[in-house]
Amino acid sequence: MFDSYLENTLRFHDEKCVSCLRCTEVCPHGVFVQIDDRIICAHSTRCMECGACALNCPAQAIEVKSGVGCAWAMISAARAGRDMDEGECCCGGERGSCCE
Amino acid sequence: MKDRTSAIKKTDSTITFANRMDHFLARLGYNRQGHRVEAGLYQLGEPDQNSPVFASANYTLSFDALRSHLKGVNAYILVLDTKGINVWCAAGKGTFGTDELVHRIEESGLASIVSHRTIIVPQLGAPGISAHEVARRSGFFVQYGPVRAADLPRYQENGIATPEMRRVTFPLRDRIVLIPIELVHIITPTIIIAAILWVLAGPVASSAAVVATLTGTILFPILLPFIPTQDFSMKGLILGTIVAIPFSVLFGADQNLPQWVAIIRMLIPLLIIPPVVAYLALNFTGSTPFTSRTGVRKEIFRYIPVLTLMTAIGIVLGILLGISRLTGVI
Repeated sequence: MFDSYLENTLRFHDEKCVSCLRCTEVCPHGVFVQIDDRIICAHSTRCMECGACALNCPAQAIEVKSGVGCAWAMISAARAGRDMDEGECCCGGERGSCCE
Repeated sequence: MKDRTSAIKKTDSTITFANRMDHFLARLGYNRQGHRVEAGLYQLGEPDQNSPVFASANYTLSFDALRSHLKGVNAYILVLDTKGINVWCAAGKGTFGTDELVHRIEESGLASIVSHRTIIVPQLGAPGISAHEVARRSGFFVQYGPVRAADLPRYQENGIATPEMRRVTFPLRDRIVLIPIELVHIITPTIIIAAILWVLAGPVASSAAVVATLTGTILFPILLPFIPTQDFSMKGLILGTIVAIPFSVLFGADQNLPQWVAIIRMLIPLLIIPPVVAYLALNFTGSTPFTSRTGVRKEIFRYIPVLTLMTAIGIVLGILLGISRLTGVI
């Protein structure tokens, strides 16, 4: 109840994984864990869809639709009649904004 | 070939008063675009061809965090042009990215300055950097450093980041430094609404507006991890209801009013304050290091209609009370 963050777009195709450990290095939420010689996607609900793992996976074993989870940007985009998912993070714009 | 070494800028690990002033203004959102350092290669101390190379953003807070945590280290710092945005946000936008990193490596002539082929990139730059692409295009091997610059000395000592150094946290201090900029954003609308309410409904209603916005911008970030539920909007509704209760009691306390009027007066703060706090809370998602876009989108679709409806009913009830008073019904 009241948890909108249980699902996300992270998909791990472990058959393609070459166990290079890059994902365990770049993920800021410890989603991927090394067990023996294998990588498992142990905590997928913690994923914030930053896209670092997919971008740094040399075997394309990870898929994620990356984006910034910023309601401000998404609502502004929707208001302007644009696609919510194309709501660019407004940080650094004229108005300044949310992130430091 | 031009002389590379003369193009290397010098820096040190000292944070001066002017730096602190700049950080303070950056936190306030003053001159948002102006907190930049020049992009390019810097030398810290007296580096030689074996010294480590660190990548950073050209935002003063990012660059200063890096150099101040490399006290006594001889190193090179390769500053990417991120348009004055911090590493993580710039990585999300792609300006702290593979192309820019490769470009800066080539432009600085790094390959002829150091004999090794390793560049230490902050972990939070990873959403913009494809390590294997960088290696393929520049010959430099990306090593991801820890999330926090403060962990760099330990990282340098052990040559590896512990799992704990790789995890993003959002401690009280990090939440508090975000408050000034949130306040700067809402101060003008808050004053206007408070002034209008003062005229229309009196000082208590006016102070309710101020309390609602301050709750959303100050109290919410501070209490974030302690408020039940995961959804920011629901957390905001809970916190908003708590702060609305005293106003509800205060509004309904007038003994001379008919009962139906007292009930409506009690309902209004409970209908308006919680959605205002919830909306501000929802807008805080972008400042946190853990909300996914999928989740935020779900929150927007789930809660915005509810928040809008609550506020609309509250405002309509307020107008009805106003009309009743003007027409002498109450």
